[in-house]
Amino acid sequence: MTALPVLSPAAAAAFSAQRVAALVLRHLYLLRGSWTRILELAYWPTMQMILWGFISQFFVTNSTWVAQAAGVLIAAVLLWDVVFRGQLGVSISFLEELWSRNLASLFVSPLRPYEMVLGLLVMSTIRTLIGVVPPALLAIPMYHYSVFSMGLPLLAFFVNLLMMGWGMGLLISGLVMRHGLAAESLAWVAVFALAPLSGIYYPISVLPPWLQYVAWALPSSHVFEGMRAVMFEGVFRYDLLAMAVLLNLFYIALGAGAFLYAFRLARIRGLLLKSGE
Amino acid sequence: MSGSVIKVRGLTKRFGAVAAVDGVDFDIPGGSTVALLGGNGAGKTTTLSMLLGLLLPSAGTIEVLGEDMLRHRHRVLPHMNFSSPYVDLPHRLTVEQNLMVYGWLYGVVRPRARLREVAADLAIDSLLKRETGDLSSGQKTRVALAKALLNRPQLLLLDEPTASLDPDTADWVRTYLQDYQRRAGATILLASHNMGEVERMCGGILMMKEGRIVDRGSPAELISRYGRQNMEEVFLHIARQPSAAAVAQ
Repeated sequence: MTALPVLSPAAAAAFSAQRVAALVLRHLYLLRGSWTRILELAYWPTMQMILWGFISQFFVTNSTWVAQAAGVLIAAVLLWDVVFRGQLGVSISFLEELWSRNLASLFVSPLRPYEMVLGLLVMSTIRTLIGVVPPALLAIPMYHYSVFSMGLPLLAFFVNLLMMGWGMGLLISGLVMRHGLAAESLAWVAVFALAPLSGIYYPISVLPPWLQYVAWALPSSHVFEGMRAVMFEGVFRYDLLAMAVLLNLFYIALGAGAFLYAFRLARIRGLLLKSGE
Repeated sequence: MSGSVIKVRGLTKRFGAVAAVDGVDFDIPGGSTVALLGGNGAGKTTTLSMLLGLLLPSAGTIEVLGEDMLRHRHRVLPHMNFSSPYVDLPHRLTVEQNLMVYGWLYGVVRPRARLREVAADLAIDSLLKRETGDLSSGQKTRVALAKALLNRPQLLLLDEPTASLDPDTADWVRTYLQDYQRRAGATILLASHNMGEVERMCGGILMMKEGRIVDRGSPAELISRYGRQNMEEVFLHIARQPSAAAVAQ
């Protein structure tokens, strides 16, 4: 046996990028070893894109609104998938730890809960990119539409929708930690409750007035209105971007707070050792 | 290491009206191997969980390696580790990948080299490329032990370290742990139902029943105190004594 010390001086530091990287590495190993997981990430967004691509082709000749910006439905479906994949990226990565009964081993290591949060967000970004970039590229030869033609505004929309997914994912992960795998199905369905309010395929003004107040409380509504402003009017609405960012910061703080609170509750109730199927 | 590595005072954990651990006090001297014994539901796992920081006590204090575990557990966690047959490593990752991830998590310097060293020590070299979920119970136990030794812990907490192992492998693991404890000067606290293991490995025993420590001492002291032949008989004697609650009724 070699002499002490075996640990780096940063082992007990309040924050360690290496510990965050360790968590990311664990999930990258998992993805690398399972082609079905990678396929699953891109499968649904691709099917959605193909479906909405054909619908767009039909509407271009039958709807004056779609005819003004032929790619609006494809852009909308791809961007909506950013929210869904972003949220799944957080909650599924967390669920993987529960499914593999790894949570106790992780939390007797020096990993801090906020480092886990950061690791989940990094994984969410990676999983979302794997999910939405292939269909976005496929749309170019299939429908002669490139979502990348939006330019820099696309990056702003992507980041904001990803952040919204993070907030939801952290909240759902906190609920799963609190209520166990009984709350697992939330990871798959919760986001769809927000779809009608987000104005993905239609302007927010279509909603009843009282519902519009609720819709404007969602970052996604600001993003999709902003997307239509770019595509139909050629204008980038900074006011919508600012509201989306502010709302996202609020919801991420709420999601992270819920996750950390659930972690503390799990330590009080002994849920970390009981996690698993 | 001299002095107490673990100091526990008035440790209590209540789940509603039930006290799973009820006002426990104990010290574990550095460099010793101590067993936490008791029947099912005696409070052993709850106590270990609180020592690891997985569970917050309802009352009491825990000091590990000179630090207050309730306030500064992250200062101590890099220097301790844990293994239990009831806690898994991700099944879909290979053994090498799992050990690499935990090497990074513990801040091990040159984790790949350390991983190889531990793998050689525990004779799991041939398992490194296999998925963890494909291993037998005995192989998983050795891999879990490798994970627990990656950071060369000063304090090792083990929950039934030889459960589900065949006698030969179990003997090999005990020998390895004793050797590790001597070489590293580490402290080991283990919960076990194997009294032969406890007699062989442990210098001290804490007997738990209904969340309390009902007796303590070396195996020889306890055997002598109860006038029995071995720890198995001592365990059965204590376990079959009427509970305090039953006596009160």
